[in-house]
Amino acid sequence: MTTQLFGNLAIFVLSLLVGFEVISKIPTTLHTPMMSGANAIHGVVVAGAIVIASEADSPVGYALTFAAAALAAANVSGGFVVTDRMLRMFTRAKAPAGATPTTKDPS
Amino acid sequence: MTTLTFVIGIVYLLAATLFVLGLHQMRAPSTARRGNLTSALGMAIAIIATIVVALVGSGGNLLAWLALILGAALGAFYGTLRARTVKMTDIPQLVSVFNAVGGGAAAAVAFADFVLNITAVPLGLSTSIPIVLDVLIGSVTFSGSLVAAGKLQGIIPGRPITFRGGRVLNVAIVAFALGAAVLTLLFGQSTLLLVVVLVASLTIGVLMVLPIGGADAPVIVSLLNAFTGLAVAMAGFAIDNQALIIAGALVGAAGTILTLQMAKAMNRSVMNIVLGGFGTGDSTGARSTAQDLTGVRQVTADDVGLQLAYAQHVLIVPGFGLASAQAQHEVADLAKYLIGHNIDVKYAIHPVAGRMPGHMNVLLAEANVPYEQMLQLDDANAAFDNCDVALVVGANDVCNPMARQGGNPVSGMPILDVDNAKSVVVLKRSMSPGYAGIPNPLFTDPKTGMFFADAKQGLTDILAATKEYVAG
Repeated sequence: MTTQLFGNLAIFVLSLLVGFEVISKIPTTLHTPMMSGANAIHGVVVAGAIVIASEADSPVGYALTFAAAALAAANVSGGFVVTDRMLRMFTRAKAPAGATPTTKDPS
Repeated sequence: MTTLTFVIGIVYLLAATLFVLGLHQMRAPSTARRGNLTSALGMAIAIIATIVVALVGSGGNLLAWLALILGAALGAFYGTLRARTVKMTDIPQLVSVFNAVGGGAAAAVAFADFVLNITAVPLGLSTSIPIVLDVLIGSVTFSGSLVAAGKLQGIIPGRPITFRGGRVLNVAIVAFALGAAVLTLLFGQSTLLLVVVLVASLTIGVLMVLPIGGADAPVIVSLLNAFTGLAVAMAGFAIDNQALIIAGALVGAAGTILTLQMAKAMNRSVMNIVLGGFGTGDSTGARSTAQDLTGVRQVTADDVGLQLAYAQHVLIVPGFGLASAQAQHEVADLAKYLIGHNIDVKYAIHPVAGRMPGHMNVLLAEANVPYEQMLQLDDANAAFDNCDVALVVGANDVCNPMARQGGNPVSGMPILDVDNAKSVVVLKRSMSPGYAGIPNPLFTDPKTGMFFADAKQGLTDILAATKEYVAG
C-alpha cells in the first residue's frame, strides 16, 4: 500500500519536473497551440471514466459514468482536433513566385 | 503482479513517453503538428489499454458500459464539432471550455470512485485524500473555466464584477469548503459531506473568476489549466492509474509555466491577477471622449501609403485591436503586396499580443503568414534599429516606452522598442489609453504619425494608397 503510494508520488514529482523542462523550451509563437495541446492531454481522464464504468453497478454509478465520459470525451477529442487545426496553418514561406524556374521551361 | 498488469504498465509507460515526445516536438513550428499527433497516438494507446483491462478485469455491467459509450459519443461529437467550427479569434474561449469539461470529468471520476467504494470498506487516507482534493480542484476549474469562457465570449460582462463584502464571502466559502473536506476525511463514510465539498467548490470557482477583468481572463484560463492537470493527477492517485498521474503532472507544469510567463509579460504578479478588480475588461473607449490631441501628428492613409512605398524595411506591430477587429487578413494582404514589391516586411509580436500568448501568431497563420515572418520579442527589438517604418496596428501598452522608466504601471514590462524605428505609424481608433490606463509618449513622438481609423478599414485604405504610389 505505502510502497504503491510512494511509487505514484515519485512518478508524479518526476513528471512535473519533466513537464517544466520540456515546456519551458517552447517558443511564445506556439504558446496558444501548446496550451490547447496540453489541454487535450489532460483529456486522458477519459481512462478514469472507463475504470469507473467497469466498477459501476448502481443508478448513481451509471449517471456519474455518463457524466465523466461525456465531459472527458469532449475534452480529449475537441482538444486534439482544434490543436491540429491551428498547427496545420503554421506554414513555411513558399519560394517567391518568380524566383528562377530552373528546369520547367526548356525553351 | 500478473502478466496483464505488467503489460498494461508497459503500455502506459509507452503512452507517457509519447506525451512527452509530443510536447517536445512542439518546440518548433515545423514539427509542432507532428507533436500533437504523437500525443494523440499516446492517448489512443492509453485509452485502448484501459478498455482492455476493464473488460478482462471485471467485465462490468452492461448498463454501465452503455452509459460510458453514450456519454463518450455525445461528448466526442460536441467536442469535435466545436473544434472544427470555432473561429480562430474565439480560440481562448474554446480552450477554456475544454479545460472546464476536463476538470469536471476529473471531479466526476473522483466522486464516483468515492461513492462506489465507500460501502465496501472505509477508505484509507491514501485514497480519500486524493479523492477529496480532486473533487475540490476539479469543481473549481469546472465552474471557474466556464465563467472565464463566458467573459471572453462576452456573455458575462468583461469588467470585474465585485460587490461589498465579496472578499469576505470568498474567504468564508473557501474555509467552509476546506472544513467540509477535512470532515469528509475524518468521517470517511459520508457522501453527503462530499456533496457539500462539491457544491462549495463550484461556488468558489464562480466567485474566484467573476472579479477578474476580461483582459486578465487568459491568465486565469492558464492557471485553471494547471489546476485541471493537478485534478487529473489526483484522480490517478485515487484510482491508482499511472497514465492519469503522468499526464496530469505534465499539464500542471505546462499551465504553471504559461501562467508565470503571461503574468511577467503583462507586468503583474499572479497573486495580483487572482485577487482581481483590475482594469475595465476589454477596452471600450469610454474614456476617449476628452481626447487630448496636443502634440499629435495626424496622418492619412495616403501619407502612410507613400511612406510604405518608399521604405525598405517595414515592421508591423499587431496588437489586441487588430485581433478584435479581425483584421488579420487585411494586414496580411498589405504585407504580401509590399513583399511582392521587394520591401522587407516582418511582424513584431509581443508575447501577450492578441487575446492570449501566441494567439496573434495563430491569427496570422490563419491569414497564411509564414511563421518565418513572425519575430518574437528579442528578434523584433534587434530589427527595429534597421527599420524604416514601424506600423503599429491596434497595440498600445506593449510598445509604451514608459516601461523603461520607473514609477508607473508598465515600469519594467518587456516591450517592443518601436520608438527605435526611423519612423512610426500608429493605426488606432482613438487616443484612448490601453489596458494599463496611462498615456503612451510614443503617440506624441515627433517621428510618429497617428492614423485614426478602424483596423480593418484603415489597412484596406493604406493598401489602396500604397498601390497608387508603387504603380505610379
